[in-house]
Amino acid sequence: MFDLFARVFGREDASKDVAKERLRLVLVHDRASLSPQALENLKNDLLKVISQYLDIDDQGFRVDFSRNDDAMALVANIPIKKKAGRML
Amino acid sequence: MGEAIVITSGKGGVGKTTTTANIGAGLAQAGKKVALIDADIGLRNLDVVMGLENRIVYDLVDVVEGFAKLKNALIKDKRFNENLYLLPAAQTRDKTAVTPAQMRDLVTAMKEEFDFVLIDCPAGIEQGFKNAVAGSDKAIVVATPEVSSVRDADRIIGLLEAEEKHHPLLIVNRIRPSMVKKGDMMDINDMIEILAIELLGVVPDDEFIVVSTNRGEPALLNAQSRAGEAYRNISRRLTGENVPLMKLDDESAGFFGRLRKIMGIKG
Repeated sequence: MFDLFARVFGREDASKDVAKERLRLVLVHDRASLSPQALENLKNDLLKVISQYLDIDDQGFRVDFSRNDDAMALVANIPIKKKAGRML
Repeated sequence: MGEAIVITSGKGGVGKTTTTANIGAGLAQAGKKVALIDADIGLRNLDVVMGLENRIVYDLVDVVEGFAKLKNALIKDKRFNENLYLLPAAQTRDKTAVTPAQMRDLVTAMKEEFDFVLIDCPAGIEQGFKNAVAGSDKAIVVATPEVSSVRDADRIIGLLEAEEKHHPLLIVNRIRPSMVKKGDMMDINDMIEILAIELLGVVPDDEFIVVSTNRGEPALLNAQSRAGEAYRNISRRLTGENVPLMKLDDESAGFFGRLRKIMGIKG
């Protein structure tokens, strides 16, 4: 009963949604044969290379798999630092 | 020329052997000539699930090594007229006792005599899997609605693809409608969406499976078993019939549900 109550008020996700989300993540790594650690290494290497050309914001730097239908992509979001208050 | 179907899952304990036994029984009941191969060498179980363990003389490895003739190793299941046969696994050998090429030859020879050859694949992704898959024309992937099972099923689908076994079919096993309703179990659509393969059937969780395994009688032989009914539907689909999915309402739950059922009122 408390369970239902908590759910109605949005305090807890249905556990199947948690399962699906976790599966989605783990399968992306399984299918690409790339562990989260390897992805982290790839991210650091990318950061190094791009930094040679651009001044990038490494805090906002994101690399992740994205999957829609049956296509998979590696998506990087690379924010560039503003130069002294000016937009590039 | 018959069709060879491998029943696989990656993860152990999700119901491959029960599925093999019941689909075999269903096809045999439908008048097809069926052979079951237990490819789980070293951990044979299809014999006990079928209740044929006392009739084993020769096994799969004996046949492959030429020590016994296929027709002498096949055990006829007398409950199914002349339609259902079992080729048991060897218990005292391991997966390396046969090769994929030998399995391919064996299954090809068996397809000459049978309408369906069902191969019960061992758990895992090693040689046992490769052996079981080698001679198959079609693959069935059994998965339960749990993260571990779905993850392994996904891996198996990838490995089947690598072995050039395309378009596997999914059986969702042990689904519990009451938990699905509460949002505490993935439903059929969740599973199809994640695994992206075609659905062959859905088998509800059914305590009767335990009873039928205790007795060595396929659940399908019991008209009351919901899982048995689901397996009957799956067998019919495999023969090309168009059978709609079973309704999985949680009709039997609770006193009023049971009462409704007794009185024949549909929920």
